[in-house]
Amino acid sequence: MSGNLHGSKASGSRAIGILKDLVSRPSGMIGLSLVVCHVILAIISPLIVPFDYKLQNSALMLSQPSSMHWLGADHLGRDVFSRTLMGGREALLVTGVATPLAVVWGGFIGILFGLVGGRLDEVLMRVVDAFLSLPWILKMLVLIVTFGTGIEVLIPTLAFFYGIPVIRIARAATHDVIARDFVWAAKARGHGRISIIWRELLPNVLDTLMVEGAMRWSWMLLAFSSLSFLGFGVSPPTPDWGLMISDARGFMSFAPWGVIGPVIALSSLIIGINLTADALAKALGIDRAQKAPM
Amino acid sequence: MLSLLFRRILLGLVTVCIVSLIIFAGVEILPGDACTQYLGEYQADDELLTQCRKDLDLNRPAFDRFAEWAGGAVTGNLGLAVDGKTKISTIVGDRLQNSLLLAFCAMSVGVPLALLLGVITGLWRDRLPDLIASTLAIFAMTIPEFVSATLLILVFSIWLGWLPGIVLTSASAPAAEFFPEILLPMIVLSLVMCAHIMRMVRSSVIEVMASDYVQMATLKGVPYWPTVFRHALPSALLPAINVVALTIAWLLGGVVVIEVVFNYPGLGRLMIDSISDRDLPVVQSIALIVASVYVCVNLAADLLTMLANPKLRTMYMRK
Repeated sequence: MSGNLHGSKASGSRAIGILKDLVSRPSGMIGLSLVVCHVILAIISPLIVPFDYKLQNSALMLSQPSSMHWLGADHLGRDVFSRTLMGGREALLVTGVATPLAVVWGGFIGILFGLVGGRLDEVLMRVVDAFLSLPWILKMLVLIVTFGTGIEVLIPTLAFFYGIPVIRIARAATHDVIARDFVWAAKARGHGRISIIWRELLPNVLDTLMVEGAMRWSWMLLAFSSLSFLGFGVSPPTPDWGLMISDARGFMSFAPWGVIGPVIALSSLIIGINLTADALAKALGIDRAQKAPM
Repeated sequence: MLSLLFRRILLGLVTVCIVSLIIFAGVEILPGDACTQYLGEYQADDELLTQCRKDLDLNRPAFDRFAEWAGGAVTGNLGLAVDGKTKISTIVGDRLQNSLLLAFCAMSVGVPLALLLGVITGLWRDRLPDLIASTLAIFAMTIPEFVSATLLILVFSIWLGWLPGIVLTSASAPAAEFFPEILLPMIVLSLVMCAHIMRMVRSSVIEVMASDYVQMATLKGVPYWPTVFRHALPSALLPAINVVALTIAWLLGGVVVIEVVFNYPGLGRLMIDSISDRDLPVVQSIALIVASVYVCVNLAADLLTMLANPKLRTMYMRK
């Protein structure tokens, strides 16, 4: 965190500086372009797909890739290429909304309790620990099975559970920043509490939260596609990579092309986000290597 | 030192208590109870529901029932499944054993490999072996487990025909019968695990090799390899304990997807099945077991790190 400490700088020029730094690293360049490509594809794919994603054609069932159907057809005779192009829309929408929500609520609570400290903080940390010790999939599935699998359930569920580890990160970052010299300096200069929080603490904690958010995004995508794969995410016939892989797996011995498209699409998006997060962490001077998986 | 140990253990216990409260409260708050679920398929009327709630003692205050459940759990009595006949401890017991077997197999391959690769990539930072291993690690870590599992089944089981792609052994079979079916899930798990631990060890080796005391040893004329083995590695491998612990906890609780892909009869698949069947007593028990394992393993790792770290050890002994 030492590289980029800053107080009150013009945030616009700083954002551009970080972006330039990000793009100048090979991993950041590759990662960011993968992510941007996926986002653009998700937005424009309904306009450019060659076939209707839910159009079934029994003559094409499990047919091989051809010049008409580039990735062949699935077990219902639907065009795999069109479905792969559109398969990330739901995932990107859900995780794209849930990630900022998770970072905001987790970050807010974490900073608040980091500042307040004391007995209340101790109790909260035990509750956070308790939540983290339960497997993520169990927590989510119980809610999803009870309340249904729609977007309106998935977004708050993901946002809630993925915000909990953010509390811990934000709290630790707050403690870290508070102990630094420039906070003492601001106090010595006679700045008020609000001014110190707003101008010294927040900008520095936000860096950590941004990197954390990027990581959360990739983990959330992983969770979302795993849920779809298990049959608890997107409901058919909406195309989704996790669901497509799960469907095509049964026919893999004679129609392996069904899994290849969604596998490449999903992997490239998640790798893209991870590379971007890594490069972002380096650009902001935050060491992420020590962090363990959730 | 002793008071510190005691404090850590106490904190772990508190966490487990809070977990059990969360689990119990969660099930209470959710709409529906054991009776609406059990009788649901018969379109239960109010009379049947009242009778059932009376039979299952659901009318007592929640706190009473929590005390009974938690008290039973401490003595190993997890109660009955939602059908009212099967003992949960027998269902869960077999599955837990199978999960432990899978976890043990994956670890016995993954951990040594990860330590070896971590040290190699750390010592030869940014050279060819490091670039290859680190790139592969990023792939292993980021690609969803069901994707890598699917690809491995496609290659090793369908195209090459070397390994069975699915587990057909029943849940209560002895451990030996799971071979060779267990090999593919084991490989997938050890790959993911290996990647996480390797990255951790790598950065820790790099950090220690750049530290003052290693430079001091070099300046004093200690040859390279003795420096590495005697001065650098003991402290470089210390942080690995915590990552290994986290991975073990993950192996026991979070490998649901892998178990489903390979049809492996472990705790994870039981979890999915009982959630789908809304067998909440079983879900509660699994949640409690997995959370306790998580807390225990982390506790053990913290204590081990404390014992192994000369700095911490002497710091508390002097006091």
